[in-house]
Amino acid sequence: MTERSIRDLLGDHPFFADMAPEHLDLLAGCGRNEMFPAGAALAREGDSAERFHVLRAGRVAVGIHVPQHEPLVIATLGPGDVLGWSWLFPPYAWRFDAEATQETHAIGLDGVCLREKCEADPALGYALMRRFAQILVQRLEATRMQLVDVYGKARDG
Amino acid sequence: MAEDPVAEPMLPRPYRVLEVKAETADVTTLVVAPIAERPIIDAPTDPRPGQFNMLWVFGVGEVPISLSGLRADGTLVHTVRSVGAVTDALSHLAVGGVVGVRGPFGTGWGVESAAGNDVVVVGGGIGLAPLKPVVEQLLENRDDYGHINVLVGARTPGDIVFTDNLEQWSRLGAGIDVEITVDAAGPGWHGHVGVVTDLVARAQVDASRTVAFVCGPEVMMRFATRALREQGVPLDRIRLSAERNMQCAVAHCGHCQLGDVFVCREGPVLDAARLLPLLGVRGR
Repeated sequence: MTERSIRDLLGDHPFFADMAPEHLDLLAGCGRNEMFPAGAALAREGDSAERFHVLRAGRVAVGIHVPQHEPLVIATLGPGDVLGWSWLFPPYAWRFDAEATQETHAIGLDGVCLREKCEADPALGYALMRRFAQILVQRLEATRMQLVDVYGKARDG
Repeated sequence: MAEDPVAEPMLPRPYRVLEVKAETADVTTLVVAPIAERPIIDAPTDPRPGQFNMLWVFGVGEVPISLSGLRADGTLVHTVRSVGAVTDALSHLAVGGVVGVRGPFGTGWGVESAAGNDVVVVGGGIGLAPLKPVVEQLLENRDDYGHINVLVGARTPGDIVFTDNLEQWSRLGAGIDVEITVDAAGPGWHGHVGVVTDLVARAQVDASRTVAFVCGPEVMMRFATRALREQGVPLDRIRLSAERNMQCAVAHCGHCQLGDVFVCREGPVLDAARLLPLLGVRGR
């Protein structure tokens, strides 16, 4: 797969919708194609978060490791989603586990490479930060809905 | 009141329980048939998806319950979640038991008006019950509709209702996608985890030709509607089923009133453009 095709794939991904072409070019330079078989780990809590994954196909379970128990899955992600924002904020360590539950295809973007480019090009940094902030807002909102327990029982008739 | 006026709408008619099926730990489906010679439904085509009946457990009380299946033989299918005295009593009815029925009342989903369009069905929790006959009607008239997305949310895997139907629909393949998500998963669950609005956001939707039917807790419906709007689906093509305290079911008592809307008569199915502003009013 050529770098150009990675650029095209990024351009087609909803996360990068309306991103400036020159920024897509910069991002593509930090990207590579990835394939994870079912059961493969994409992230382990506490490990260095050196990249994030733009999911194109498959499914990834984000979870919390519980000693002597199966992982506690808190969310699943799929095509159109992005896994990982820990690369963007110190201490650059994964906050959760992530495991492919199906064969998963993604574009991995090198966080160290991207951080350097963002420092050098604040417009790129802002464009990326806006998109990750949107993801954080969506996940916070989803978490709040889960906490509200909308399906819980309100005593009624 | 429905288009076809129900004679003596305040008089419950006795129905006998023919079948009882435990859907989950607290959700039960009842199939009931009229005992009296004259059934509540005069014609097999009378009840429409989205309508509800008032079910009376004698000596306990009466509750509004949506139809969860339509049958041509005059029997009624209702799915009940046990959340109070009456629904507890309904859930504990055995085959041969008797229940009082008034109805059917209210508007339907207007499934046929979605002909020629793609359809998104979003059901949260027991909200899937009034949507089940929607999907069944879509499938019975499959050529009249485009792509069908059935998006289901539940609290846990053990709270998913109509699992047999969902599995059957998901096996139909091309033209219908069934996605299920749970708020909290346990061991052995390999499906989606997250809120149902995430499924809406990820669904492949052609907003220019999509009609959506949404039912579930009001908070869920509000967020699902927002996700549909972000996909480009206009409010007047999103239909919601309002859950309100229907008591008389004939727009007399006002218990179900929401602004200027008697939900029992003008609902429970309403366009999002009509319902959302009413749900947004604080202090109700």
